[in-house]
Amino acid sequence: MFASDVLVAQNIGFAILATIMVIGALRVVTTSNVVHAALWLVVVLAGAAAQYVLLAAEFVAITQVLVYIGAVMVLFLFGTMLTRARIGAESDLNNKNWFLGIPVAVALFVAMAIALDSGFGSQKMPADSAVATTQEISDQIFGPYLLPFWALSFVLLAAVVGAIVLARRD
Amino acid sequence: MFAEATEVATEAVLRSGWFLEHAWAIPVIPALSFFLIIFFGKRMPKKGSEFGVASMLGALVFAGGAAYEWIQRVNGAPEGAFVSPVVKTWTWWQNSGISFGIGQHVDGLTVAILLVVAFISTLVQIYSLEYLRGDRRYTHFFASLTLFSAGMLNMVVAENMIQLILGWEIMGLCSFLLIGHWWEEGANSRAALKAFFTTRTGDIGLLTGTAILFFSANEWTTKTLGVSGFSIRGLSSWALSGDPGHAAITMGAIALFIAAIGKSGQFPLHTWLPDAMAGPTPVSSLLHSSTMVVAGVFLVARLYPVFFKGMDILGGSANFIVVIGGITIVIAALLAFVQTDIKKVLAYSTVSQLGYMMMGLGAGAWLPAVFHIFTHAFFKACLFLGAGSISHSSSHHSFEMKKDMGGLSKFMPITFGTWIISTLALCGVFPFSGFFSKDEIIDNVGHNGYNVFMIVGLTGAFLTAAYMTRATYLTFFGQPRGASAGEHHEEESHDSHAAHDDHADHGHDTHDSHDAHASHGPHESGWLITVPLIILATLALGSGFLNAAPFGEKWENFKKWVEPSAEVINPTGIAYVVGSVGESRVASDTPTDSTIAPTEVATEGEQVAVEDPAASHTEGEALMAEASGEMHHESPCGTETPEQGVCMAPQIHHAPFKWSKAATSMLIVLAGFLLSLFMCIQLYEKKNKKFVGLTERNKALGFGYKLLVNKYYLDVLYEKIIVRSIAHPIAGAVYRFNQKVLDGVVNGAGTTAKGIAGWVYRNIDQRVVDGAVNGTGSVAHGAGSALRPVQSGKVNQYGALLFGAAAIGALVLVIVNT
Amino acid sequence: MLVNQFLILAAVLFCIGVYGVIARKNAVLVLMSIELILNSVNINLLAFSMRNGSLDGHIFALYIIAIAAAEVGVGLAMVLLMYRNRRSIDLDELSEMKG
Repeated sequence: MFASDVLVAQNIGFAILATIMVIGALRVVTTSNVVHAALWLVVVLAGAAAQYVLLAAEFVAITQVLVYIGAVMVLFLFGTMLTRARIGAESDLNNKNWFLGIPVAVALFVAMAIALDSGFGSQKMPADSAVATTQEISDQIFGPYLLPFWALSFVLLAAVVGAIVLARRD
Repeated sequence: MFAEATEVATEAVLRSGWFLEHAWAIPVIPALSFFLIIFFGKRMPKKGSEFGVASMLGALVFAGGAAYEWIQRVNGAPEGAFVSPVVKTWTWWQNSGISFGIGQHVDGLTVAILLVVAFISTLVQIYSLEYLRGDRRYTHFFASLTLFSAGMLNMVVAENMIQLILGWEIMGLCSFLLIGHWWEEGANSRAALKAFFTTRTGDIGLLTGTAILFFSANEWTTKTLGVSGFSIRGLSSWALSGDPGHAAITMGAIALFIAAIGKSGQFPLHTWLPDAMAGPTPVSSLLHSSTMVVAGVFLVARLYPVFFKGMDILGGSANFIVVIGGITIVIAALLAFVQTDIKKVLAYSTVSQLGYMMMGLGAGAWLPAVFHIFTHAFFKACLFLGAGSISHSSSHHSFEMKKDMGGLSKFMPITFGTWIISTLALCGVFPFSGFFSKDEIIDNVGHNGYNVFMIVGLTGAFLTAAYMTRATYLTFFGQPRGASAGEHHEEESHDSHAAHDDHADHGHDTHDSHDAHASHGPHESGWLITVPLIILATLALGSGFLNAAPFGEKWENFKKWVEPSAEVINPTGIAYVVGSVGESRVASDTPTDSTIAPTEVATEGEQVAVEDPAASHTEGEALMAEASGEMHHESPCGTETPEQGVCMAPQIHHAPFKWSKAATSMLIVLAGFLLSLFMCIQLYEKKNKKFVGLTERNKALGFGYKLLVNKYYLDVLYEKIIVRSIAHPIAGAVYRFNQKVLDGVVNGAGTTAKGIAGWVYRNIDQRVVDGAVNGTGSVAHGAGSALRPVQSGKVNQYGALLFGAAAIGALVLVIVNT
Repeated sequence: MLVNQFLILAAVLFCIGVYGVIARKNAVLVLMSIELILNSVNINLLAFSMRNGSLDGHIFALYIIAIAAAEVGVGLAMVLLMYRNRRSIDLDELSEMKG
């Protein structure tokens, strides 16, 4: 049937995206080139944006592309260039104790996987969920979530001022 | 609404009034004034002090009105009936079904303490107008002083434990600010820190105790009274209901009592109190007469049923409270003998008097203890202000009795007169106020079977008389010495270096007028100082007659007004109940000659059942269900579980007054006076060779003297041993312990073994035992070194630890839950 | 679609991010790992939002994106400052807090 075809397509899409994202994320934390890491991060973030589309969150997906891939990544690249004269592979990007991260990450994952498995098992997403329109989201933000929105604007303002103060050459 | 209905139903029985209903405003007034002083004080003509004084006067008027209306309420109630407190609560905040109220719980105890606190605060503020004139932080001083009073008043009217803790901690903060008012001098800021940290140590107990009691009591109080487990009335009735488990209430009571030990300067946490004399004298007077240090005693008196059950008071054996109180009386009184600073004598005397209050509470003498809070506030405030007056006007801000005082009775007649009256009151001489409270405590402690502690109390009375005679003699008699005689020492005054420079306005501002001042010598203080002294001395003389047991029942007004009656009451008497009360005519087994028709009670219950409980703020308005004629009849409260209804106060008996007992204690006090006077004259006047330097010659006396001068080495214990051992790395301490103590022990054993049998030494000691012990040492060392890199300063490692701990925690949770 | 497939993906990304935070020495790379963590949280939020049929998750995801932008801005400013002061952005050289 049509609906199930869509579902199959969604699942295939999810699997491909997820694979790309995991590989990208692994490369981010293992590559020995800072610029490459940033580019791999772009892959992960773009994959996440695609996942958001799958999750019927178009507005968030677009924001993700604009803010993350557009602005944040540029920031990262600038940060890399301003702080490192040399661009290219480096040997000492990792700590001496980098191997500590593996057991910690694995343990965290095991804990979460067990909890998720026992918590949600084989629960399915509702098949007929409507796409959240931008209007609905704006109604929410400027309605019940107005106060956090204000607080957020102050946080952003403070961050802008703080970043300028920190990075300014005196 | 329910509230109106109740008023109609109960008007005939319990009167209330505007001031009683608005007692919550008493702490609010000074609290608002605090903000006014902070924001506008410096711009005002009197630098903000007018806000402080005006707000305290306002609070005093409110407290006076509330006291008057409370007395009307008690007088209007049937004889011996339980007069329900006037309770109001508003929801402060709530979270998942638990709501915290803020409001007022006004009963006799509240009213009495409110009146005292507001009164003393007012006088102290007026006195400070003169005493701190020209101080560089004048405005801030008044701000802190006002907030301090607000904290105490808030604690006293508190409806629940959370509100009480709020007031308690405000006081802790303000005491820090006030004791360290002249923080430029290192000793003052150290004293402030010491006071803060010592009382904080006790505060751990307050939080723990509140939590324990809340989690034990909440279910019962919600079900029975419809109030949370924080509320004072809920906890009081819960404690006497038979619901609490033994362990829970005992642990709760002990934890709360530790808080009281810290705040009220009981042994062994009394060490902060004498050091707190570093603050300006008005602060000492306020802190140590009616507010800060009384807070702990008040806590015990407020939640008396909890302590009564938790500590098994009147259970026939000595309990924690009475023992601590007894120890405090004696050790503090002994310490007062070796002080040369007049304020420190008074500080130790305060500690000792607080010991009386605690001992009284611990031995079931609730009313005398509360009455002692009441009377003690007046005469101790008067003594402190008198000491301040001396240093202000005669001894150049010195408080050294031996060095800078003496012979002042000629120059300061008013200060001298008020001092003598208050001293007599403190010593408990008939008919001064101290007699009526202190003697009652001692009498009741004995009456309740605590004979050892009665003797402790009498010993304390003897010591009190003796050290006060010494202090009075050194200050007011003999020849003027030091600063009083016109000498100057630039850098040894204790109290007010910082203020010294700024003391511009009253005579000795510049060095020229310094000399001029010296030439006219010691003089009486201005009226802003003497008037409060006179008022306080009058009360020190007269306040005892509020509860003058020797003159018969008619004179025992304080008892009538303040002591809650131990009646089994219908829960509606203190709060609404959820669900039908119906026919619950409570306590049919108690002897009763009720003046209230049973039908009224039933109606009351039905009304309550119908109405939404949240609709009412004045639940305290409801009528009490029980009334009985006899004051001394047997009530089941405190001894057994009431079958229906609740108790709010345990049944306590009062010792009948006997002149013979009073005469005994008077003789003891007189003996103290005479012995001390004799010693003083020998030591300071005639310089008798037999007595002077006795402590250097006699070993036992010398040891005692040294012990006292070093304050039983408690400070050394706290600061050098406890604090330092915590400040140093614990791993290092363990390692040293292993190296020195265990190793030493084992090596010693090894040496002994060597003498007995060489092979034991060679085979066992060397190889096994020594190895093991050295092994422990090196394990501790290794653990220390292994743990040290944890504090590497490296962010990644901190991250690894953080996430690792989270992972382990999550795994544990997962395993536990599956 | 299962609920869990998104949640597990988010968990994987989260753990990779944690590994990055712990293992990396370069401050910029640590910041990138933090971005991974934040994104995994967003996926979670949106997945739950879809499961519950409400919009709350979207709102929070948007807020998190905004906060992340602020965080990167301040974080990179700090990295710049650090580089200017010590000619290096290696976190393990920043150990003045060593015990």
